[in-house]
Amino acid sequence: MKWLLAHRLFWPLVTLVLLLAVDAAFNPGFWHLQWRDGHLYGSLVDILNRAAPLAVVSLGMTLVIATRGIDISVGAVVAISAAIAALMIGGHLVVKDGVQTYVSRFPMGLALASALAVALLAGLWNGLLVAGAGMQPIIATLILMVAGRGIAQLITGGQIITVYYAPYFFIGSGFLLGLPFSLFIVAALWLALHFALTRSALGMFIQAIGINPAAARMAGVPQRLIGVCVYVFCGFAAGLAGLMISSNVKSADGNNAGLLLELDAILAVTLGGTLLTGGRFSLAGSVVGALIIQTLTSTIYSIGVPPEVNLVVKAAVVFAVMLLQSPEFRALLRGLVFRRAPGVAR
Amino acid sequence: MDGTAPMLQLSGITKRFFGVPVLKDVDLCLRAGEVHALMGQNGAGKSTLIKVLTGVYAADGGRMQLAGEDIRPGSVQQAQALGLSTVYQEVNLCPNLSVAENIFAGRYPRRGARGAWRIDWARMQRDARALLARLNLNIDVTRLLASYPVAVQQMVAIARALNGRSRVLILDEPTSSLDDDEVQRLFGLLRQLRAEGLAILFVTHFLDEVYEISDRITVLRNGERVGEYLTSELDAPALIGAMIGREFTASSAQRAPADVQTGTPLLCARGLARRGQLEPVDIELRAGEVLGLAGLLGSGRTELARLLFGMDRADAGTIELQGRAIKLDTPTHAIRHGLAMCPEDRKAEGVVAELSIRENIALALQARLGVWRCLGRRQQQELAERFIRQLGIKASDADAPMSQLSGGNQQKALLARWLATEPRLLILDEPTRGIDVAAKQEIMEQILALARNGLSVLFISAELDEVARVSDRIAVMRERRKAGELPGGSDEQAICAVIAGAQA
Repeated sequence: MKWLLAHRLFWPLVTLVLLLAVDAAFNPGFWHLQWRDGHLYGSLVDILNRAAPLAVVSLGMTLVIATRGIDISVGAVVAISAAIAALMIGGHLVVKDGVQTYVSRFPMGLALASALAVALLAGLWNGLLVAGAGMQPIIATLILMVAGRGIAQLITGGQIITVYYAPYFFIGSGFLLGLPFSLFIVAALWLALHFALTRSALGMFIQAIGINPAAARMAGVPQRLIGVCVYVFCGFAAGLAGLMISSNVKSADGNNAGLLLELDAILAVTLGGTLLTGGRFSLAGSVVGALIIQTLTSTIYSIGVPPEVNLVVKAAVVFAVMLLQSPEFRALLRGLVFRRAPGVAR
Repeated sequence: MDGTAPMLQLSGITKRFFGVPVLKDVDLCLRAGEVHALMGQNGAGKSTLIKVLTGVYAADGGRMQLAGEDIRPGSVQQAQALGLSTVYQEVNLCPNLSVAENIFAGRYPRRGARGAWRIDWARMQRDARALLARLNLNIDVTRLLASYPVAVQQMVAIARALNGRSRVLILDEPTSSLDDDEVQRLFGLLRQLRAEGLAILFVTHFLDEVYEISDRITVLRNGERVGEYLTSELDAPALIGAMIGREFTASSAQRAPADVQTGTPLLCARGLARRGQLEPVDIELRAGEVLGLAGLLGSGRTELARLLFGMDRADAGTIELQGRAIKLDTPTHAIRHGLAMCPEDRKAEGVVAELSIRENIALALQARLGVWRCLGRRQQQELAERFIRQLGIKASDADAPMSQLSGGNQQKALLARWLATEPRLLILDEPTRGIDVAAKQEIMEQILALARNGLSVLFISAELDEVARVSDRIAVMRERRKAGELPGGSDEQAICAVIAGAQA
C-alpha cells in the first residue's frame, strides 16, 4: 500500500480516474464502447484520439524540461509542419479511367519527410541557441515561437490550406486493427524513446544534467550535445503532432494550428510529475498528463459548462489538480483535518 | 595587555546547521579604538560568526555583550540600531543612484505637513556631505555613485553603515576589489575611525594587510577559536600555522620518497595562464608521483587544477601528455586523455544528489564510454559494489540516493567515480575538506595506495601537514604564481616560509 502511494504516477492516475468518474456521472454512455465497421467507437476512444498530438508533443517537452530547459516554440513548429505538409500535398482533382480521384502535388512520403525535416531544423535552431550559445531557454524558444507563426503564415500565404488527398487523412483519423492510427504513433514514439533512454546512457545523462549541470560537466557528460539533441527531438515531436493535427482537420491554418499547445504540453509534463526544475522525469507521467488535459476538456463539455466560462473552469480545475499533487498541500490538509478532528467528535 | 575595556564581548557562541556544529564555543573580544583582524581558512566559521553578530543568524548558544549589556540582535536592522555597522564584501549599493541617495536609501529625510511625504533633498545632501566630511571625503554627493572609483564607493558604503550611534564597524573582506592605492586610502580612513574610538572587526585573506592595520588577531579553525593574539607578537608563519592547524602530526601513513625522479614526465605544462586567475605556471608530473600543491586560498592552486582538467580554458601555455601536445578545452577531453579530478566543491560540482550511489559511481566511466556503449544495470551494480567494498563506503544499498550518504562517504563515492575510469592522473582538490577525521585518514591512505600502483596524483590541500606527509614533491603557490618547489619530506615550516614570502 505504501509503495503504491509513494509511486510517482499515483496522484496523476488518481486525478485521471476522478475526472473520468465525473464524466461518467454526467454522461451515462461514457464507458460504452462499440464495435462498428471493424472500428472501435466510444467516448474513451475519442479522448485517446484527441489527446494523441498533445501526448506526442509532451513526450518531446519532457526531455527538454528534464534538462532544465523549456520549449515554448512547439505550437509554432506544429503550424509550420502542418503548413508544409498541406502545401506539398494539396490535392487536385483528376479523372483517371473515367474515375474522379484527388492526387497529391508531391509524393506524400516526400511531403511528410519535408515537414519533419523542417521541424528537425527548427529544433536544431532552438538547441544551438540554448545549448550552443547559452541563451535562456525561454527567450531562445520565444524567438521561434513568434517567428514560427509568421513563417507558417508565409507558407500558407495567410490562407487556410485545405487538403483533398485522402491517404493523408489516415494519419490523424485512420484506423488500424480497429483502433485510431494516432494511438499507434504515440505508442511507437513512447516505446522508441523508452528504449533509447534505457538502452543507452542518454536517460542517465539527461537526469544528471537536470539535477546538477556543473557536476555533470565535471564528470565528462557531453552536455552541449545532449542539450542540442533534446531540442531537436522536441522539434521532431512537434512536427509529428503537426502532421497528426492537420491530417485530422484536413487542413492547415498558419494562424491557429497548435495555438497555445506549448502551454498544454508544459502543463501535461508537470501534471505527470516531472519538475520544471529538471532532473527526474517520467514519460508515462507526461502521457497521463496529456490524457488528463483532454479528459478535462471533455468533462467541461459533458457537464455543460457554457463556452464563455469554459477556460475559467479549466483553470480552476488545473489549479485544484496542482494542489492535490503537491505533497506540501496534502500535508497541510492532513494537518487541518487532524487538528479539527477532536472538535468534530465533540 | 588589556588596556581598554571590551566594547563587544562574545562568549561561548555556538551555532549548528542541521545538527552540524559550525561554531563551537567561540569567544571574540573587540575593544574600542582597535582594529581586530578575524582570520581563518574558508569554512573556519568567519562568515557565520559575522552573520550571528549582525543578526542574520540567531546563535544556538552563548552570550553577546555590547558595552557591558547583553544583546541579542534578531535582525540586521536591530543590529544596526544597536550600533553594529557592517560593510559586506561586495559593494552592495546602487551605482545608478547619487551618492547621497545611496547613503540614505530606505531612510530618506522627509518634510512637509500631513505625514511628511515629501523628500527633503536639501537636507539629505547637507547630511550626506557632513557624513562624508567626517570621513575626510569631499565629493559631489549629487553625482552618480558609478562615476566614482571603487575605493570611494567602498567609503560611501562605510558612510552608509556608520551613523551617530555606531560603536562597532565590521568589514568583511573590504579590500578584495581594491588596488594598492585604494587600499591605502581605506586604511587611512580606518585609522581615523579607530582614533575616534570605534571598535573595528576586519576580515581579510591578505596577510600583509593584517600586519599593516590590525592591532589584534583572532584565529578561527573548524568553527573553534584557536586563540587571540597581539599582532606584534605573532609572525606570519605562526599565524599560518594557527590557521591551518596540526591535526595529523602523529600519523602512520608517512610516505617514503618514491624513486620516480627518472623517466619522461607524464604531464608537463609550460606557461599555463589565464587572465585574472593564474600567472604563467610551469608544472611537471611523473608517473606514480604524488605532487602536492600548497598555498593559501586565492593563491591560484584551484585555478591551476581547473586549467589542467579543461574546466576553464587557458589563455596561454602548452600541455604535453607523455611528450605529446594535447588540448584540454572541456573535461570530456581531459577524461579521454586519462585525467580525473575530484573538485573542491563537492556539493556543487561533484554530487548528483538525486541519482543513486550506483549511478553516481558509474557516471564518469559512462561519459568516457560515450552515449551508446551503455553499461547495463548489472555492470553498474558490480562496479558500485566493488568500490563500496574497496573504499569502505558506508551505504545501506547501492540504489540509495547519493544524498543519503554522509560527506565523507560522498567523497569516497566521488573518488570511486574517478577510479572507475582507470585514470593515469588524478587531481584531488581539497579531497578531505569538510569530512570527519576518520574518513580523512582513510581517504589519505587510499590515495597513497593508488600512487604505489603507478597512478600520478596532483594533491591540493590547505592543510599543510597533509601535503607534507603524502607528497613526493611540493609546489607552493602564492599570489597566482608558483612561488617555489620543495622536495618531498619537507616540513610544514619550510612550506609556511615559502607561502609567507621567503625564497625557496
